[in-house]
Amino acid sequence: MMGTAVAARRRIDWTGLFFAVVLTLAIIFPLVVVGTWAFANVWRYPAVVPQELGLRYWYATLARADVWTSITMSLSLSVMVTLISCVICLPAAYAFARMEFPARNLLFFSFLAGQAFPKFGLLVAIAGIFLGLNLIGSFWGVVLIQLVGTLLYMIWIPVAAFQSVDRRMEEAARDVGASPLRVFWSITLPQAGPTIAAAVLLSFVGTFYETEGAWLIGAPAIRTMPVLMISFINNQPVIQYGAVLSVLLWLPSFFAILFARRVVNSGSFARGFGG
Amino acid sequence: MSVLDIQNVTKQFGLVKAVDSFSLTVADGELVCLLGPSGSGKSTLLRMVGGFESPTGGVITIDGEDVTRVPPERRPTGMVFQSHALWTHMNVFRNIAFGLKLRRLPADEIKRKVDAVLELVGLGGYGTRQVTQLSGGQQQRVALARSLVLEPKILLLDEPFASLDQHLRERLREEVRDIQQRLGITTLFVTHGQDEALALADRIVVMRDGATEQIGAPDTVYREPETPFVAGFIGTMNLVEGTIGGGTFRHAGLAVPAPAPDGPATLAVRPEALDIRPAAGAGMAFIHRVTDYGTHALVDIELPDGLRLKAMVPEARDWKSGQAVDITPRAYALYRDNSVIHRSAEKND
Repeated sequence: MMGTAVAARRRIDWTGLFFAVVLTLAIIFPLVVVGTWAFANVWRYPAVVPQELGLRYWYATLARADVWTSITMSLSLSVMVTLISCVICLPAAYAFARMEFPARNLLFFSFLAGQAFPKFGLLVAIAGIFLGLNLIGSFWGVVLIQLVGTLLYMIWIPVAAFQSVDRRMEEAARDVGASPLRVFWSITLPQAGPTIAAAVLLSFVGTFYETEGAWLIGAPAIRTMPVLMISFINNQPVIQYGAVLSVLLWLPSFFAILFARRVVNSGSFARGFGG
Repeated sequence: MSVLDIQNVTKQFGLVKAVDSFSLTVADGELVCLLGPSGSGKSTLLRMVGGFESPTGGVITIDGEDVTRVPPERRPTGMVFQSHALWTHMNVFRNIAFGLKLRRLPADEIKRKVDAVLELVGLGGYGTRQVTQLSGGQQQRVALARSLVLEPKILLLDEPFASLDQHLRERLREEVRDIQQRLGITTLFVTHGQDEALALADRIVVMRDGATEQIGAPDTVYREPETPFVAGFIGTMNLVEGTIGGGTFRHAGLAVPAPAPDGPATLAVRPEALDIRPAAGAGMAFIHRVTDYGTHALVDIELPDGLRLKAMVPEARDWKSGQAVDITPRAYALYRDNSVIHRSAEKND
């Protein structure tokens, strides 16, 4: 029996290994290539590895004013869009999760509509309206268009989070004297917190990387990091500029993931609301 | 002095009447059990007392004060839920202290009260534990402590032991009874477990389809059920449909004295009140199965028409399957039109 068990443990899972290799090639390899380009001072064909590694293009990229403007712009837009999305969507999600009102299901599914049609067509139609409202090329125009993109995450995920909170917990809080608002703050929100935090992070990162809306509505006055990167890739013969900007663009999602791990795993989110 | 008075309370969900003109007064310090099958309206009634459901009609008062439309947070009630409903993002101390903090008590007083109530429920020193680290029984004690620490006038218990195993349930219900008596707190307890109700209650309210079927002391409800439903719901009861004629109830060879008007009737006899003896002749019934419970045995007896009755005997070894027996109900009641028409002189004991 033991011999069989040992043999079973030693058997190689070829299917798993195959998928691991494919995923590594598909995900890790492109990242490694871009990362290498960002730190390559000289890398000419047919060399497999760079002839010279260094930070030359980092200095060059970070010395450009338009890069810093785009970083500030992207962060401002992401923070603003995420905040507004929280203010609008979280109460709406709570209403969808807990209240009965006419056309509830129709309204709920309407948030899928934005994703159900080709996005660019939708953006062009909205751009036509924004033109009339003088919102083209403005910060708030881009905020509005990017807000549309967050609705799906910020409604559907929190609705599921609120629905999964045990109603008896809320009733127990009211039973000991908490008002409905206090129940929401001290019980419902901390219980739904980790899931909502994930939605907020998705919203932030999604907004940070959003390109089409920012380009169509914001150009030429508003240049976010992804828009700038596209312009670098299209207009710059030097690959390293685009690669450095790509690595810079990874940073928000990297920190977002670190933050998410810390917040969701430690339970500090729940404790943060007191009780 | 805390008296709960429920008068003609009705709750309708759409076309369904969950509670129908229910009235009950729970005296100061009394523990009343609402007992009934699922869907009998007992939990809905409790939730109306707690303020989680609004009655469609009727009045609920606590110490004479009308609380019918008062929201739960302003009622002098404390509820313990079946699922414990502990807040998993708080530790034991913070779960219990939450209500005290809402009342803006000083921190040292909160600590003193929480420590005292933890001692009361046998969880002294557990304050810093996460509630998810506790066993089911410990969680239920925390839920009880969370209600008791606020010193409610009325304690509401909604099947608090339903999720616990039999052994723990028995132990906890004794502890709850002790605490309730020590504090003298007026308590309304919902259960569908008849043994729980019989063991705990000062009075039992048997509910069916949202209405009261019988209210009485456990002993009375068990020994003198007023309706066939109560007779069948509380404990094990043999119910036999038959006919009364000439002062005798008859069913397939079974005959008992019945000084009542002629007509159809239901005979109710408990297994412990059904005497059996080896048949003198051909026998009026046969033993189908004998189940030994150690302290006693239950004998399944099959009448000639296929109806099965249960009789309790002290020893299993005296009886065997297929054996012909004669049976005599020693203590019994006869029902017609949902009420008692005759009770034998000897009572169940």
